[in-house]
Amino acid sequence: MYVAVKGGEKAIDAAHAWLAEERRGDLSVPELSVAQIREQMSLAVNRVMAEGSLYDPDLAALAIKQARGDLIEAIFLIRAYRTTLQRFGGSNPVDTGEMSCDRRISATFKDAPGGQVLGPTFDYTHRLLDFKLVADGAVDPADERAVETETTPHIMSFLNKEGLIEDDVATDGATPPDLTREPLELPADRSLRLQSLTRADEGFILGMAYSTQRGYARNHAFVAELRVGTCCVEMEIPELGFAIEIGEVEVTECETVNQFQGSKTEPPQFTRGYGLVFGQTERKAISMALVDRALRWAELGEDNVGAPAQDEEFVLYHSDNIQATGFLEHIKLPHYVDFQSELELIRKLRRTPETHMTEAAE
Amino acid sequence: MEPDVLEGGFCNAPIDAAYAFRAAMNAMARPGQIETVAGAQPPGPLSVSAGVVILTLCDPETPIYLAGDHNCTQVRDWITFHTGAPMTGPADAIFALGKWSDLVPLDQYRIGTPRYPDRSATVIVEMDELSNAGETLSGPGIETATNLSLPDRQRFQQNATLYPLGLDFFLTAGDRLAALPRTTKIAGVS
Amino acid sequence: MNEYNFAYLDEQTKRMIRRAILKGLAIPGYQVPFASREMPMPYGWGTGGVQVSAAVLTPEDTFKVIDQGADDTTNAVSIRKFFEKTANVAVTEETGEASVIQTRHRIPEQVLTEDQILVYQVPIPEPLRFLEPSEVETRKMHALEEYGLMHVKLYEDISQHGAIATAYAYPVKIEGRYVMDPSPIPKFDNPKMEMAAIQLFGAGREQRIYALPPYTKVVSLDFEDFPFEASKADQVCGVCGAEDSYLDELITDDEGGRMFVCSDTDYCRTRQGNIT
Repeated sequence: MYVAVKGGEKAIDAAHAWLAEERRGDLSVPELSVAQIREQMSLAVNRVMAEGSLYDPDLAALAIKQARGDLIEAIFLIRAYRTTLQRFGGSNPVDTGEMSCDRRISATFKDAPGGQVLGPTFDYTHRLLDFKLVADGAVDPADERAVETETTPHIMSFLNKEGLIEDDVATDGATPPDLTREPLELPADRSLRLQSLTRADEGFILGMAYSTQRGYARNHAFVAELRVGTCCVEMEIPELGFAIEIGEVEVTECETVNQFQGSKTEPPQFTRGYGLVFGQTERKAISMALVDRALRWAELGEDNVGAPAQDEEFVLYHSDNIQATGFLEHIKLPHYVDFQSELELIRKLRRTPETHMTEAAE
Repeated sequence: MEPDVLEGGFCNAPIDAAYAFRAAMNAMARPGQIETVAGAQPPGPLSVSAGVVILTLCDPETPIYLAGDHNCTQVRDWITFHTGAPMTGPADAIFALGKWSDLVPLDQYRIGTPRYPDRSATVIVEMDELSNAGETLSGPGIETATNLSLPDRQRFQQNATLYPLGLDFFLTAGDRLAALPRTTKIAGVS
Repeated sequence: MNEYNFAYLDEQTKRMIRRAILKGLAIPGYQVPFASREMPMPYGWGTGGVQVSAAVLTPEDTFKVIDQGADDTTNAVSIRKFFEKTANVAVTEETGEASVIQTRHRIPEQVLTEDQILVYQVPIPEPLRFLEPSEVETRKMHALEEYGLMHVKLYEDISQHGAIATAYAYPVKIEGRYVMDPSPIPKFDNPKMEMAAIQLFGAGREQRIYALPPYTKVVSLDFEDFPFEASKADQVCGVCGAEDSYLDELITDDEGGRMFVCSDTDYCRTRQGNIT
């Protein structure tokens, strides 16, 4: 006699135990510490913090360890943890003009006050596997320069002295909507779009940005400035009546300047795209700026040419890798019932082919 | 702030709120059904049941309008301390609270928009008593018909004609409450 | 980090979900947007249902979880364990014993009572989504009660296939107003939706909650000359002999031998107990 398959619970427990073994790998190889991941896998940590929307390098490193290096899984762990945290309040806006820059480059001006600082970048490395790292990772100390005490102004502010670039849209000081506390509503304003883009999947945003470069709503972007460094985070404490510094965060900021021939509503000028992402995450910040600019077609009076990167609903609804991976992978779950109903339907439709063909012809 | 303002909230918020919400949900799902609630001891003139509804559903995201006698220091301070809900006028209120005569006219509250009919006020009507007598109700949540002592007929009928827009009501008296969503049709006295 | 709140979610999140549930009950079939939270299980695996259950459960509840009608499918087991741990509620596999039932893709065969709540996990809450991918457009259609597109689709099915080619997630109209997605239940289950229990629908990834109060009018869309038909396999259960229950089809040998068995495991087990 047929006996229904049972033992879901046992199977889950066994799977989890096996998974834990696989995570640890060969026991004769020393275990990774969270500190090692934090210090030596820092760009992975940065991505997990950026897309997890939580600035905590230690937790991000822990998540990477637990997720066996699957960064989307690690981002998921961080998001699920983040959502349980109590919210004490909002910080003041971070002033990136006050950033202590590790890296600052401009593609539009050869030199500008504050100068170009190449900083720690892969840009001019030759991508040759360094077999020395197999044995030991000893590094020679890098040259150091004196710490800048002056703040580094934004390059865009020089361009704007001529009035050739669109004005920064002044905010009215109102608190922007919070994507993590309110359901996404369309049309989204720019602050909401930027929130969404900064936590969006790097690969998705990269692909979208790349598509604009190849002509799907091309927006002629130059990197006016890319800067990486640390910024102070301040918070108003009502009991004190003033703001205090509660910590600092490393961020990457990208401002693009985009050629613009003008439209019915706007004169010819340079326009802006903006990216700001936790950690050193340059690829993401530049991509974000290009996609931001593409999504601004309506406010600049440009034509919607039907490009994917111009479609706010398409971009915002499909850029979150936690939503996407969950729904994609859910098709692994049992669908016996739906499949069975489809099976019955197809059988039924095949049983009476002649009758409906004649009806359709009538 | 009076010290007793600090009193009268939920002793065990996650559990008290869970039971209170079940009662409120049953009431809203079954218009006319009277539920008994507990867990709040608010200052007068706020009833126990209205206090429970507020502790269960209100927080800094839900502006409240207090009408008539309910707009007093004691009630305002109690709600602010226990929920953090801001006080507002009728036009921006997510919740409105008071006696029927102080709450009307109803057209001062938000009834939602065709795209977002959920963005409408919930009105908590403090009553002297509540019983299954009076107007005859029918509609979703009601198998055939039921009766409820309503403070008005015409205004509720008018509200129902706005469907799918409109207001939703909790009726509170002592530790008892009932609800009247916009879908309920009201006939006459049976 | 080991101490979570009752039923996992923090109180502010529960209040937000509870407010959405109440508006959902007040506007049956209308999808209320809510700020869905990231849950410790993936989107698409029942996060909407889990958030609704978390907002609804009390310590006195007895909780049942089914997936495809069965209590012991892996995801049902996982969700049941989650609430055993975080809400410390009693759990059951018996439909009649449960006060809250979370389900994916089925409505239990046993008639539900006024003392029960049925929570559906919903993947795509928008019944018009596969006809119109834009949320901005579909929201407008609901606002204007403009459901012509859906009727055209169903009519084209009939002219092409001689029947409506929708077997599950068959659209329904609620109280003559909103067209609603009943979640991917087989259309066999559609007539059960007019019931005594409260029905709540949670779509986590899509950030929507909707609801049906008891006895709400639920009509499966159809045409006068092509009335709706709640079909199932024309077989009886090979284990309990039930003729009235929805059946899973199993392949029993290499020759493609078939067997049909109740998808509702509790229903089948109860009937077997009654037979012996």
